[in-house]
Amino acid sequence: MVGCGRVGSAVSLQLRAAGWDVSVIDENEDALGRLGDDWTGEFHVGHGMDIQLLRTAGIEDADAVVVTTDGDNSNIVIGQMAQKNFGVRSVIVRILDPARADFFKTRGLDVVCPTQSAIETLTTAVRAVEGALA
Amino acid sequence: MYLLIAGGGKVGSNLARALLRDGHEVTLIEQRPQRFAQLEAELEHQVLRGDATELFVLERAGIKRPPDVVVAVTGDDEDNIVICQLARDRYGVETTIARVNDPRNQPYFDLLGITPTVSATASIMGLIEHEVPEHGLIHLLELRKENLEIVEILVDPDAACAGKSIRDVALPEGSRVISIVRNGKAEAPDGSMQLEPGDSVLAILEPGKEDELRKVLVRQS
Repeated sequence: MVGCGRVGSAVSLQLRAAGWDVSVIDENEDALGRLGDDWTGEFHVGHGMDIQLLRTAGIEDADAVVVTTDGDNSNIVIGQMAQKNFGVRSVIVRILDPARADFFKTRGLDVVCPTQSAIETLTTAVRAVEGALA
Repeated sequence: MYLLIAGGGKVGSNLARALLRDGHEVTLIEQRPQRFAQLEAELEHQVLRGDATELFVLERAGIKRPPDVVVAVTGDDEDNIVICQLARDRYGVETTIARVNDPRNQPYFDLLGITPTVSATASIMGLIEHEVPEHGLIHLLELRKENLEIVEILVDPDAACAGKSIRDVALPEGSRVISIVRNGKAEAPDGSMQLEPGDSVLAILEPGKEDELRKVLVRQS
Protein backbone atom coordinates (compact mmCIF):
# COMPACT_ATOMS: atom_id res chain seq x y z
CA MET A 1 0.00 0.00 0.00
CA VAL A 2 1.58 3.24 -1.11
CA GLY A 3 -0.23 6.09 0.64
CA CYS A 4 -1.98 5.80 3.98
CA GLY A 5 -4.68 8.46 3.88
CA ARG A 6 -8.37 7.78 4.46
CA VAL A 7 -8.59 5.43 1.52
CA GLY A 8 -5.21 3.71 1.81
CA SER A 9 -5.55 3.10 5.54
CA ALA A 10 -9.10 1.72 5.26
CA VAL A 11 -8.10 -0.63 2.44
CA SER A 12 -5.05 -1.74 4.45
CA LEU A 13 -7.15 -2.52 7.52
CA GLN A 14 -9.72 -4.49 5.53
CA LEU A 15 -7.10 -6.52 3.69
CA ARG A 16 -5.19 -7.22 6.90
CA ALA A 17 -8.45 -8.36 8.55
CA ALA A 18 -8.98 -10.65 5.57
CA GLY A 19 -5.63 -12.28 6.25
CA TRP A 20 -3.31 -10.46 3.81
CA ASP A 21 0.24 -9.54 4.76
CA VAL A 22 0.13 -5.77 4.31
CA SER A 23 3.10 -3.40 4.03
CA VAL A 24 2.20 0.31 4.12
CA ILE A 25 4.27 3.31 2.98
CA ASP A 26 3.46 6.91 3.84
CA GLU A 27 5.48 10.11 3.91
CA ASN A 28 3.98 11.10 7.21
CA GLU A 29 4.72 9.13 10.36
CA ASP A 30 1.39 10.26 11.85
CA ALA A 31 -0.44 8.28 9.17
CA LEU A 32 0.34 5.17 11.23
CA GLY A 33 -2.33 6.46 13.66
CA ARG A 34 -4.97 5.78 11.00
CA LEU A 35 -4.12 2.08 11.22
CA GLY A 36 -4.85 1.94 14.95
CA ASP A 37 -2.72 0.91 17.93
CA ASP A 38 -2.87 -2.78 17.20
CA TRP A 39 -1.71 -2.65 13.56
CA THR A 40 0.08 -5.92 12.88
CA GLY A 41 1.29 -5.20 9.35
CA GLU A 42 4.42 -3.32 8.28
CA PHE A 43 4.66 0.45 8.17
CA HIS A 44 7.45 2.39 6.43
CA VAL A 45 7.95 6.16 6.52
CA GLY A 46 9.17 7.77 3.31
CA HIS A 47 8.26 8.93 -0.17
CA GLY A 48 6.45 6.43 -2.36
CA MET A 49 8.72 7.23 -5.32
CA ASP A 50 11.81 6.14 -3.35
CA ILE A 51 12.73 2.93 -5.16
CA GLN A 52 14.94 1.73 -2.32
CA LEU A 53 12.05 2.17 0.09
CA LEU A 54 9.70 0.28 -2.22
CA ARG A 55 12.20 -2.61 -2.14
CA THR A 56 12.51 -2.43 1.65
CA ALA A 57 8.73 -2.52 1.91
CA GLY A 58 8.77 -5.73 -0.12
CA ILE A 59 7.55 -4.71 -3.57
CA GLU A 60 9.60 -7.46 -5.20
CA ASP A 61 7.49 -10.13 -3.52
CA ALA A 62 4.15 -8.31 -3.62
CA ASP A 63 1.10 -9.99 -5.14
CA ALA A 64 -0.64 -6.63 -5.41
CA VAL A 65 0.28 -2.95 -5.12
CA VAL A 66 -2.31 -0.27 -4.39
CA VAL A 67 -1.22 3.35 -4.94
CA THR A 68 -3.31 6.06 -3.27
CA THR A 69 -1.02 8.96 -2.35
CA ASP A 70 -2.50 12.45 -2.56
CA GLY A 71 -0.72 13.17 -5.84
CA ASP A 72 -2.22 11.87 -9.09
CA ASN A 73 1.07 12.11 -10.93
CA SER A 74 3.01 10.36 -8.17
CA ASN A 75 0.44 7.56 -8.30
CA ILE A 76 0.77 7.32 -12.07
CA VAL A 77 4.55 6.99 -12.05
CA ILE A 78 4.72 4.70 -8.99
CA GLY A 79 2.07 2.43 -10.52
CA GLN A 80 4.04 2.16 -13.75
CA MET A 81 7.24 1.42 -11.82
CA ALA A 82 5.50 -1.37 -9.85
CA GLN A 83 4.09 -2.86 -13.03
CA LYS A 84 6.88 -2.47 -15.56
CA ASN A 85 9.99 -2.65 -13.41
CA PHE A 86 8.99 -4.91 -10.54
CA GLY A 87 6.53 -6.97 -12.57
CA VAL A 88 3.79 -6.87 -9.94
CA ARG A 89 0.80 -8.57 -11.56
CA SER A 90 -1.94 -6.60 -9.88
CA VAL A 91 -1.31 -2.84 -9.64
CA ILE A 92 -4.25 -0.58 -8.82
CA VAL A 93 -3.81 3.18 -8.97
CA ARG A 94 -6.08 5.93 -7.76
CA ILE A 95 -6.29 8.94 -10.08
CA LEU A 96 -8.64 11.76 -9.10
CA ASP A 97 -8.57 13.58 -12.45
CA PRO A 98 -10.96 11.77 -14.83
CA ALA A 99 -9.05 12.94 -17.93
CA ARG A 100 -5.74 11.49 -16.78
CA ALA A 101 -7.56 8.41 -15.43
CA ASP A 102 -9.03 7.73 -18.89
CA PHE A 103 -5.69 8.15 -20.61
CA PHE A 104 -3.67 5.94 -18.29
CA LYS A 105 -6.38 3.24 -18.46
CA THR A 106 -5.55 3.02 -22.15
CA ARG A 107 -1.88 2.62 -21.22
CA GLY A 108 -2.52 -0.61 -19.32
CA LEU A 109 -2.86 0.72 -15.77
CA ASP A 110 -5.66 -0.55 -13.56
CA VAL A 111 -7.18 2.79 -12.54
CA VAL A 112 -9.78 3.72 -9.94
CA CYS A 113 -11.21 7.23 -10.38
CA PRO A 114 -13.38 8.23 -7.41
CA THR A 115 -14.24 11.55 -9.10
CA GLN A 116 -15.75 9.73 -12.07
CA SER A 117 -17.66 7.42 -9.71
CA ALA A 118 -19.02 10.46 -7.83
CA ILE A 119 -20.03 12.14 -11.10
CA GLU A 120 -21.93 9.05 -12.20
CA THR A 121 -23.58 8.49 -8.81
CA LEU A 122 -24.66 12.12 -8.49
CA THR A 123 -25.96 12.34 -12.03
CA THR A 124 -27.91 9.11 -11.58
CA ALA A 125 -29.31 10.36 -8.27
CA VAL A 126 -30.51 13.61 -9.83
CA ARG A 127 -31.97 11.81 -12.84
CA ALA A 128 -33.94 9.62 -10.38
CA VAL A 129 -35.41 12.75 -8.77
CA GLU A 130 -36.22 14.06 -12.25
CA GLY A 131 -38.08 10.81 -12.91
CA ALA A 132 -40.10 11.16 -9.69
CA LEU A 133 -41.01 14.77 -10.55
CA ALA A 134 -42.26 13.91 -14.01
CA MET B 1 9.59 26.33 -34.21
CA TYR B 2 6.68 26.09 -31.81
CA LEU B 3 7.66 25.09 -28.28
CA LEU B 4 5.57 24.43 -25.23
CA ILE B 5 7.34 24.90 -21.90
CA ALA B 6 5.81 23.54 -18.69
CA GLY B 7 7.09 25.27 -15.57
CA GLY B 8 7.89 28.98 -15.30
CA GLY B 9 10.65 28.89 -12.70
CA LYS B 10 14.18 30.13 -13.39
CA VAL B 11 14.82 27.42 -15.96
CA GLY B 12 11.52 27.63 -17.82
CA SER B 13 11.25 31.42 -17.90
CA ASN B 14 14.80 31.88 -19.14
CA LEU B 15 14.32 29.23 -21.80
CA ALA B 16 11.19 31.09 -22.92
CA ARG B 17 13.07 34.41 -23.06
CA ALA B 18 15.95 32.95 -25.05
CA LEU B 19 13.68 31.12 -27.49
CA LEU B 20 11.50 34.18 -28.04
CA ARG B 21 14.62 36.26 -28.65
CA ASP B 22 15.59 33.75 -31.35
CA GLY B 23 12.23 34.26 -33.03
CA HIS B 24 10.51 31.05 -31.97
CA GLU B 25 6.90 30.72 -30.93
CA VAL B 26 6.58 29.79 -27.26
CA THR B 27 3.81 29.05 -24.80
CA LEU B 28 4.89 28.87 -21.17
CA ILE B 29 2.62 27.20 -18.59
CA GLU B 30 2.87 28.24 -14.94
CA GLN B 31 0.64 27.12 -12.11
CA ARG B 32 1.54 29.35 -9.14
CA PRO B 33 -0.64 32.51 -9.19
CA GLN B 34 2.06 34.92 -7.99
CA ARG B 35 4.71 33.63 -10.32
CA PHE B 36 2.21 33.64 -13.17
CA ALA B 37 1.36 37.32 -12.52
CA GLN B 38 5.07 38.25 -12.71
CA LEU B 39 5.55 36.31 -15.92
CA GLU B 40 2.37 37.65 -17.48
CA ALA B 41 3.51 41.22 -16.91
CA GLU B 42 6.59 40.41 -18.96
CA LEU B 43 5.49 37.79 -21.49
CA GLU B 44 1.77 38.68 -21.83
CA HIS B 45 -0.23 36.15 -23.84
CA GLN B 46 2.75 33.85 -24.20
CA VAL B 47 2.27 32.55 -20.69
CA LEU B 48 -0.75 30.54 -19.59
CA ARG B 49 -1.85 29.84 -16.06
CA GLY B 50 -2.64 26.27 -15.12
CA ASP B 51 -1.48 22.78 -14.19
CA ALA B 52 0.39 21.43 -17.20
CA THR B 53 -0.51 17.85 -16.25
CA GLU B 54 -4.20 18.62 -16.91
CA LEU B 55 -5.24 17.73 -20.43
CA PHE B 56 -7.47 20.78 -20.90
CA VAL B 57 -4.61 23.09 -19.91
CA LEU B 58 -2.27 21.41 -22.39
CA GLU B 59 -4.96 21.70 -25.05
CA ARG B 60 -5.51 25.40 -24.35
CA ALA B 61 -1.77 25.83 -24.72
CA GLY B 62 -1.99 24.33 -28.20
CA ILE B 63 -0.65 20.81 -27.67
CA LYS B 64 -2.97 19.46 -30.39
CA ARG B 65 -1.11 21.33 -33.14
CA PRO B 66 1.26 19.66 -31.93
CA PRO B 67 4.34 21.65 -30.81
CA ASP B 68 7.73 20.72 -32.29
CA VAL B 69 9.13 20.35 -28.79
CA VAL B 70 7.61 20.05 -25.32
CA VAL B 71 9.95 20.99 -22.48
CA ALA B 72 8.94 19.81 -18.98
CA VAL B 73 10.93 21.76 -16.41
CA THR B 74 8.68 21.98 -13.36
CA GLY B 75 10.14 21.34 -9.92
CA ASP B 76 8.32 18.00 -9.62
CA ASP B 77 9.73 14.96 -11.39
CA GLU B 78 6.43 13.08 -11.41
CA ASP B 79 4.81 16.06 -13.15
CA ASN B 80 7.60 16.28 -15.73
CA ILE B 81 7.22 12.57 -16.47
CA VAL B 82 3.44 12.74 -16.87
CA ILE B 83 3.66 15.88 -19.06
CA CYS B 84 6.10 14.11 -21.39
CA GLN B 85 4.05 10.89 -21.47
CA LEU B 86 0.89 12.82 -22.34
CA ALA B 87 2.70 14.94 -24.95
CA ARG B 88 4.29 11.96 -26.65
CA ASP B 89 1.71 9.21 -26.30
CA ARG B 90 -1.55 11.12 -26.38
CA TYR B 91 -0.75 14.12 -28.59
CA GLY B 92 1.99 12.75 -30.83
CA VAL B 93 4.67 15.29 -29.89
CA GLU B 94 7.91 14.03 -31.41
CA THR B 95 10.43 15.64 -29.11
CA THR B 96 10.16 16.00 -25.36
CA ILE B 97 12.87 17.23 -23.02
CA ALA B 98 12.53 16.70 -19.28
CA ARG B 99 14.27 18.06 -16.24
CA VAL B 100 15.24 15.63 -13.49
CA ASN B 101 15.16 17.44 -10.15
CA ASP B 102 16.10 14.52 -7.92
CA PRO B 103 18.63 12.19 -9.59
CA ARG B 104 17.20 9.29 -7.58
CA ASN B 105 14.15 9.56 -9.84
CA GLN B 106 16.18 9.00 -13.03
CA PRO B 107 15.11 5.31 -13.18
CA TYR B 108 11.48 6.46 -13.62
CA PHE B 109 12.41 8.57 -16.64
CA ASP B 110 14.49 5.73 -18.10
CA LEU B 111 11.83 3.08 -17.47
CA LEU B 112 9.16 5.15 -19.21
CA GLY B 113 11.41 6.14 -22.08
CA ILE B 114 11.38 9.85 -21.22
CA THR B 115 14.50 11.04 -22.99
CA PRO B 116 16.50 13.20 -23.23
CA THR B 117 16.64 14.31 -19.61
CA VAL B 118 18.66 17.07 -18.00
CA SER B 119 19.81 16.88 -14.40
CA ALA B 120 21.89 19.58 -12.73
CA THR B 121 23.31 17.06 -10.25
CA ALA B 122 24.33 14.60 -12.96
CA SER B 123 25.90 17.39 -15.05
CA ILE B 124 27.92 18.69 -12.13
CA MET B 125 28.98 15.16 -11.18
CA GLY B 126 30.17 14.67 -14.75
CA LEU B 127 32.29 17.81 -14.48
CA ILE B 128 33.70 16.73 -11.12
CA GLU B 129 34.55 13.28 -12.41
CA HIS B 130 36.30 14.93 -15.31
CA GLU B 131 38.43 16.90 -12.84
CA VAL B 132 39.08 13.87 -10.65
CA PRO B 133 40.32 11.11 -12.91
CA GLU B 134 40.83 8.72 -9.96
CA HIS B 135 37.27 7.61 -10.63
CA GLY B 136 38.84 5.47 -13.33
CA LEU B 137 36.05 5.75 -15.84
CA ILE B 138 34.35 8.96 -16.92
CA HIS B 139 31.07 9.12 -18.79
CA LEU B 140 31.50 11.62 -21.60
CA LEU B 141 28.37 11.17 -23.64
CA GLU B 142 25.25 9.05 -23.53
CA LEU B 143 23.50 8.22 -26.77
CA ARG B 144 20.35 6.78 -25.25
CA LYS B 145 18.42 6.22 -28.47
CA GLU B 146 21.35 4.40 -30.02
CA ASN B 147 22.01 2.54 -26.75
CA LEU B 148 25.66 3.54 -26.78
CA GLU B 149 27.89 5.66 -24.63
CA ILE B 150 31.32 7.17 -24.89
CA VAL B 151 33.63 6.94 -21.88
CA GLU B 152 37.14 8.03 -21.04
CA ILE B 153 39.55 5.85 -19.08
CA LEU B 154 42.93 6.88 -17.76
CA VAL B 155 45.67 4.26 -18.09
CA ASP B 156 47.28 3.97 -14.70
CA PRO B 157 51.05 3.18 -14.41
CA ASP B 158 50.07 -0.04 -12.57
CA ALA B 159 47.33 -0.98 -15.00
CA ALA B 160 47.63 -4.46 -16.49
CA CYS B 161 46.99 -3.06 -19.97
CA ALA B 162 49.93 -0.59 -19.90
CA GLY B 163 52.51 -1.51 -22.51
CA LYS B 164 50.13 -3.80 -24.41
CA SER B 165 48.86 -3.04 -27.88
CA ILE B 166 45.17 -2.43 -28.30
CA ARG B 167 44.60 -5.67 -30.17
CA ASP B 168 46.15 -7.65 -27.29
CA VAL B 169 43.76 -6.18 -24.76
CA ALA B 170 40.62 -8.31 -24.53
CA LEU B 171 38.02 -5.58 -24.78
CA PRO B 172 34.47 -6.62 -23.89
CA GLU B 173 32.18 -7.42 -26.80
CA GLY B 174 30.30 -4.39 -28.02
CA SER B 175 33.06 -1.93 -27.11
CA ARG B 176 35.70 -0.26 -29.23
CA VAL B 177 38.57 2.14 -28.64
CA ILE B 178 37.93 5.25 -30.73
CA SER B 179 40.80 7.47 -29.69
CA ILE B 180 43.87 7.66 -27.47
CA VAL B 181 44.69 11.06 -26.02
CA ARG B 182 48.43 11.24 -25.32
CA ASN B 183 50.14 14.42 -24.16
CA GLY B 184 47.03 16.40 -25.02
CA LYS B 185 46.91 15.11 -28.57
CA ALA B 186 44.10 12.84 -29.74
CA GLU B 187 45.09 10.01 -32.06
CA ALA B 188 42.90 7.67 -34.06
CA PRO B 189 44.67 4.41 -33.20
CA ASP B 190 44.93 1.12 -35.06
CA GLY B 191 45.23 -2.21 -33.26
CA SER B 192 49.00 -2.02 -33.07
CA MET B 193 49.16 1.15 -30.99
CA GLN B 194 50.53 0.47 -27.53
CA LEU B 195 48.80 1.81 -24.45
CA GLU B 196 51.04 3.86 -22.20
CA PRO B 197 50.58 5.02 -18.63
CA GLY B 198 48.92 8.44 -18.64
CA ASP B 199 47.00 7.78 -21.85
CA SER B 200 43.34 8.71 -21.90
CA VAL B 201 41.44 6.03 -23.77
CA LEU B 202 38.16 7.09 -25.38
CA ALA B 203 35.92 4.11 -25.95
CA ILE B 204 32.42 3.58 -27.24
CA LEU B 205 30.37 0.82 -25.64
CA GLU B 206 26.94 -0.43 -24.74
CA PRO B 207 25.69 0.89 -21.41
CA GLY B 208 26.13 -1.74 -18.72
CA LYS B 209 29.53 -2.89 -20.03
CA GLU B 210 31.43 -0.26 -18.03
CA ASP B 211 32.49 -2.69 -15.34
CA GLU B 212 33.87 -5.18 -17.86
CA LEU B 213 35.79 -2.41 -19.60
CA ARG B 214 37.03 -1.07 -16.30
CA LYS B 215 38.31 -4.53 -15.36
CA VAL B 216 40.32 -4.76 -18.57
CA LEU B 217 41.77 -1.25 -18.64
CA VAL B 218 41.92 -0.13 -15.01
CA ARG B 219 42.77 -3.43 -13.30
CA GLN B 220 46.22 -3.38 -11.82
CA SER B 221 48.84 -5.86 -12.91
